[in-house]
Amino acid sequence: MPTFIIARLTFLEAVRRRILLAAFLLGVAFLLLYSFGFYMMRQEVSRPGATSEVGSALLKSGLDNFLTLAGLYAVNFLAIAMGALVSADTLAGEISSGTIQALVTKPLRRAEIVLGKWLGFAGLLALYLGLMVGGVMAVAYALDGYVVPNVWNGIALIYLETLLIMTVTLLCSSMISTLATGGVIFGLYGIAFIGGWVEQFGALLQNQAAVNIGIVSSLIIPSEALWRRAAYEMTPPIAQVLGVSFSGPMLTVSVPSEMMIWYAGVYLIVALVLGVRAFASRDL
Amino acid sequence: MTLAIETKNLRKEFDENVAVRGLTLQVQQGEVFGFLGPNGAGKTTSIKMLLGLVAPTSGSAALLGAPLGDRAARAKMGFLPEHFRFHDWLSAQEFLQLHGRLYGMNAARLCQRIDELLELVGLTPFRDKQLRTFSKGMLQRIGLAQALLNDPALVFLDEPTSGLDPVGRRLVRDIIADLKRRGTTIFLNSHLLSEVEITCDRVAFIKHGEVIRVSELKTLVNGATSVTVRAHGLTPQVLAGLGKWGKDLRADGNQITLTVADESALPALNRYLVAQNVEVYALTPQHLSLEDLFIQIVGTDGGL
Repeated sequence: MPTFIIARLTFLEAVRRRILLAAFLLGVAFLLLYSFGFYMMRQEVSRPGATSEVGSALLKSGLDNFLTLAGLYAVNFLAIAMGALVSADTLAGEISSGTIQALVTKPLRRAEIVLGKWLGFAGLLALYLGLMVGGVMAVAYALDGYVVPNVWNGIALIYLETLLIMTVTLLCSSMISTLATGGVIFGLYGIAFIGGWVEQFGALLQNQAAVNIGIVSSLIIPSEALWRRAAYEMTPPIAQVLGVSFSGPMLTVSVPSEMMIWYAGVYLIVALVLGVRAFASRDL
Repeated sequence: MTLAIETKNLRKEFDENVAVRGLTLQVQQGEVFGFLGPNGAGKTTSIKMLLGLVAPTSGSAALLGAPLGDRAARAKMGFLPEHFRFHDWLSAQEFLQLHGRLYGMNAARLCQRIDELLELVGLTPFRDKQLRTFSKGMLQRIGLAQALLNDPALVFLDEPTSGLDPVGRRLVRDIIADLKRRGTTIFLNSHLLSEVEITCDRVAFIKHGEVIRVSELKTLVNGATSVTVRAHGLTPQVLAGLGKWGKDLRADGNQITLTVADESALPALNRYLVAQNVEVYALTPQHLSLEDLFIQIVGTDGGL
């Protein structure tokens, strides 16, 4: 199966070029810092006489949720960056260096090369997210016995988001140079990020135009919407009812609908199909 | 017998540029076929079209009887790319394993083939070294091994000796000779005309994206012969009479040079001179080298 041979090669490349090692070491450094920060904050809240008994219990679980989601937000960003960085150079780089020539002249379909690379990166990101998300959750659990609600929904949404960014990067990489790919991806990320902010402020100020701008930006690239949905899912019911959950630098007041998740899934598949087709018809 | 390569009016345009105007070519199975032409003549684009790296704008082609891009036919082909850039974080053995698997070879046969080929190209001691540590010549050797993994029926070699020292070139020549003995068809693109002269059965000259001449190498090189005659008594009448035997006559005192159509004309030329009472001291035939022929056919403008 050429697809799996290419997937394995893609994974092996990340190992050999020490991409995996670098990500792992920095990930461990991040988790150490994070657990230290988590511990310090917990100490502060549980100081005797800081709050009343009931207040303390409420604050405690609120803080645990806040800190866990803050950790996941950072992990979410790191995973997106990782997905974009490893896949930006993969097709464009192999085309410009010429290493692709010995591959595509073998008895395989060009689609199998794109799909194989996609699978390899998907595996890589799963491993990375597993380590980092698992690490953040383990810190909250070990220090305070805390588990966020709907863990699996949240993880699935974050994984979908990183796959989405990686797939769009792969699509660009099948058509344009590595540098141009990087430019496009960061531009798209910027749109999603700013669009998310505008939407939140719009919802707070009850300005429909601003909310619409956010929705349009989510339609251009639904990555940030997936994170906000993930954050909403992993927020306790009480905060959901109040209409607030942590979403990075601010609270989520406008929650992306379930439709947006389906839209992101279709978006991913379309991007993958377009990437396969672009590479299949390209002169190498 | 099906042809190894058959192309009909294969054409490639890049935007405004016509890289290959109309390539029509037939290569028999078991032939060593040389593909010659100046830089920018469309050689690389032609090879890329045959290998499915570049899609032709129009025209058709068949390799081993199958249309371009047929995967079953590709499984019987090998290719050494011109710049032999490979995944350099793989070791020599891993590199050959990867490409063997992509050929769909089974593990036992692949294992045996890797041993054979590493031995053949002289890289057995380096089998566990990563390709990034390889010299240009070593990369070319491992690239050649990669092209032969599947025991191909048709091999494309794009400048297979450009990075090699004389020992390496000799090795490639021997490998080509061995493949030819076993009936493999070889499509050789090379600038090193002395190599082509030694190894090829037939050659095609390509210029401005078109085949301008295809010829057996033997008749091409043996055909045109330049002959130098040193003699006394070369009167103007004798010289005038020489026009019937050859062309490009140049006379310089007691020495004349002319080009005859082929070597068999020489005894008759000698008889003519003797009959005219010319005292012949020496009659020296000189074959034109492929390089001379290349310049004659393609022209000194290099096809620009």
